Amino acid sequence: MNNPAKPRILTEQDVTLHGVTKADLAMTAIETNSSGKVKMTARDVKVFYGDNEAIHGVNLDVIENEVIAFIGPSGCGKSTFLRCLNRMNDTIDICRVTGSIKMDGRDIYDPTLDVVQLRAQVGMVFQKPNPFPKSIYENIAYGPRLHGLASRKSELDDVVESSLRRAGLWNEVKDRLDQPGTGLSGGQQQRLCIARSIAVSPDVILMDEPCSALDPIATSIIEELIDELKQNFTIVIVTHNMQQAARVSDRTAFFHLGDLIEIGATNEVFTNPKNKRTEDYITGRYG
Amino acid sequence: MSNFSLIVLLLALMAIGYQLGMVRSRRVATVNPQQKMHSRPHHYGMMVGLWAVIPAFFILVLWTLLAPGVISSMVAAQLPAEALAAEGMNADVIMRRISNLAANFGVVAEAEQWELAAAAYMQQLKSSSALLLTGLMAAIAAAGLFFSYNRIQPELRARHQIERTVKTVLIICSTVAILTTIGIVLSMVGETIKFFSFIPPADFFFGTTWNPRFSTTGVSEGSLTGSQGSFGLLPLLSGTMLVAAIALLVAIPLGLMVAIYLAEYAPANFRATAKPIIEVLAGIPTIVYGFFALVTVGPFLADFGASIGLTIRATSALTAGVVMGIMIIPFISSLSDDIITQVPKALRDASLGLGATKSETVRKVVLPAALPGIVGAVLLAASRAIGETMIVVLAAGNSPTLTANPFEAVSTVTVTIVNQLTGDNDFASPQSLVAFALGLTLFVITLLLNVVALVIVRKYREQYE
Repeated sequence: MNNPAKPRILTEQDVTLHGVTKADLAMTAIETNSSGKVKMTARDVKVFYGDNEAIHGVNLDVIENEVIAFIGPSGCGKSTFLRCLNRMNDTIDICRVTGSIKMDGRDIYDPTLDVVQLRAQVGMVFQKPNPFPKSIYENIAYGPRLHGLASRKSELDDVVESSLRRAGLWNEVKDRLDQPGTGLSGGQQQRLCIARSIAVSPDVILMDEPCSALDPIATSIIEELIDELKQNFTIVIVTHNMQQAARVSDRTAFFHLGDLIEIGATNEVFTNPKNKRTEDYITGRYG
Repeated sequence: MSNFSLIVLLLALMAIGYQLGMVRSRRVATVNPQQKMHSRPHHYGMMVGLWAVIPAFFILVLWTLLAPGVISSMVAAQLPAEALAAEGMNADVIMRRISNLAANFGVVAEAEQWELAAAAYMQQLKSSSALLLTGLMAAIAAAGLFFSYNRIQPELRARHQIERTVKTVLIICSTVAILTTIGIVLSMVGETIKFFSFIPPADFFFGTTWNPRFSTTGVSEGSLTGSQGSFGLLPLLSGTMLVAAIALLVAIPLGLMVAIYLAEYAPANFRATAKPIIEVLAGIPTIVYGFFALVTVGPFLADFGASIGLTIRATSALTAGVVMGIMIIPFISSLSDDIITQVPKALRDASLGLGATKSETVRKVVLPAALPGIVGAVLLAASRAIGETMIVVLAAGNSPTLTANPFEAVSTVTVTIVNQLTGDNDFASPQSLVAFALGLTLFVITLLLNVVALVIVRKYREQYE
């Protein structure tokens, strides 16, 4: 998705920007990305916290091997929506999700689907680096052990090494795999967490503001890493940092107050936003 | 006037001083409006109140401590010498009779004329002492009140005075607690040293028989060896450890499961109700647990043993241990629950996000992260189990034998202390003094356990802050 065919963002009758409905925009977005294979589809997704509707019907597709960024002001529902994609919202008692989210054509909220399998396929990296208080090796080996991905010690060693290599951490930690993961620097910890989620070979990696707790140098390392990872994984990233969204993503979705306002190719959204609110947010007028 | 009414008066005076100070500080503030008062009005009020009360209170304390001694020596000086010589009695006994007479308690035998006179004198001294005290306190309180009242000026740092006073009071309170602990240890050390003058420490710490042979008289020089028994600590210590180990075997799994359920699985409102209910277990008087062990658990275990061909005594280490285990469940469950809830949610999310189930997350991430704290909780429970008395007095069978068989009756250190100190032993005999040596040993063991537990718990707390 680095070089999508010149996207046709809107149909002719939608040129008056403020009359565009979000459903139109979502459908438009889907059309414009027909060049890639659709990995996940969300249709009319609503999320409720108790009686409070946090997300009001979002339609959105995630294309295979793309990096899609969710941007928007705090509290706009982008993280909530992200957590719907691997059902992490299940862990919050009062949270309820309606609508349909499909992955490879299969409804992930289907009661017969095993959420454990889903989460193995859709990994997650959190805002704050959260390595387990175990050794670096054990941090990576945790997932493969759970899912029986390596039957012998040597296989497990290979998984650990390749995961750390793909996360660009191997050279820094190869001599101290038995040291606690919590002893690494913040940026290294976050790469350890990325390596940990890679180790179970997911299809999609969700990243919830992965750089917000890191300094600029660690951030740029992670951004480079995201760029490499997209060859093998589909990445959905939530970020507050618009430069980051512009740098790393192929497509960008702008959320505001629980609505998906605009979605499109990143360069389009940033240089030629179709919606006034998107433009205001991107140019820093609010948010 | 009694001390109680004096204290009530002092408190009333404090309230008055408070009001006066406030009023005065406000007036001072309005008189020189260009100068800002250093402290708030209530600080000045409190300062005046404290000045009125604290010096007077010290006088009260000193007087209460010293006056009785002064009065009785004054009375003693007045006693007719020939009467004392005739009685041929102990001066202490005479003084006790006189003060009883003065307080209108009865005395044995007819009171002599001179005794009645002395008692009347004592009464008179007492009432004038009370009068003097009241006057003195009133004067000092008034002086303190006026002194501080007149000092109220914009630049007076009343707030700092209050802060210093509060700090001093707090220091005094904590000193009392610490001194009490030190006092307990010292009193035990003293008696223990006396005990070790009868029995060599090696015989005590490494002796394997406990048979203190109650002697009817104290130890006289000649019969020293004959009336002495064996004071071996080991049978008692092994009994203590056996019962405590059984208790922990019961309490650790149960308590931990309870904690995991409450912290990880139970809905919030259920947890809010269940936790205090479980904690009630720790509040039940241990003598009640003793009944429960003796009447219910013991016979049940004996019957159960008989049905599977085991000989289990109704009062045995097993009975006491099981019931004690139930008692210490809340120590483990409550502390562990707090510690498990402290494990950051981020770790759980990380594990769940990798596709772990809830129980896998608990087993592989949450429990290992909480382990140091849980160990601390277990050690605290263990020191509780080792020091427990009433359950073992009733249910362990009181048989100081060196055995590792949980179905046998045993005795513990605590039970033995009770046995040695009750009854009419001479207090200077090793049979009684051994209780202090036992107590000190127990104290040191539980102290060590507590210190280790606290160090572990503290280390754990630092980890996530």
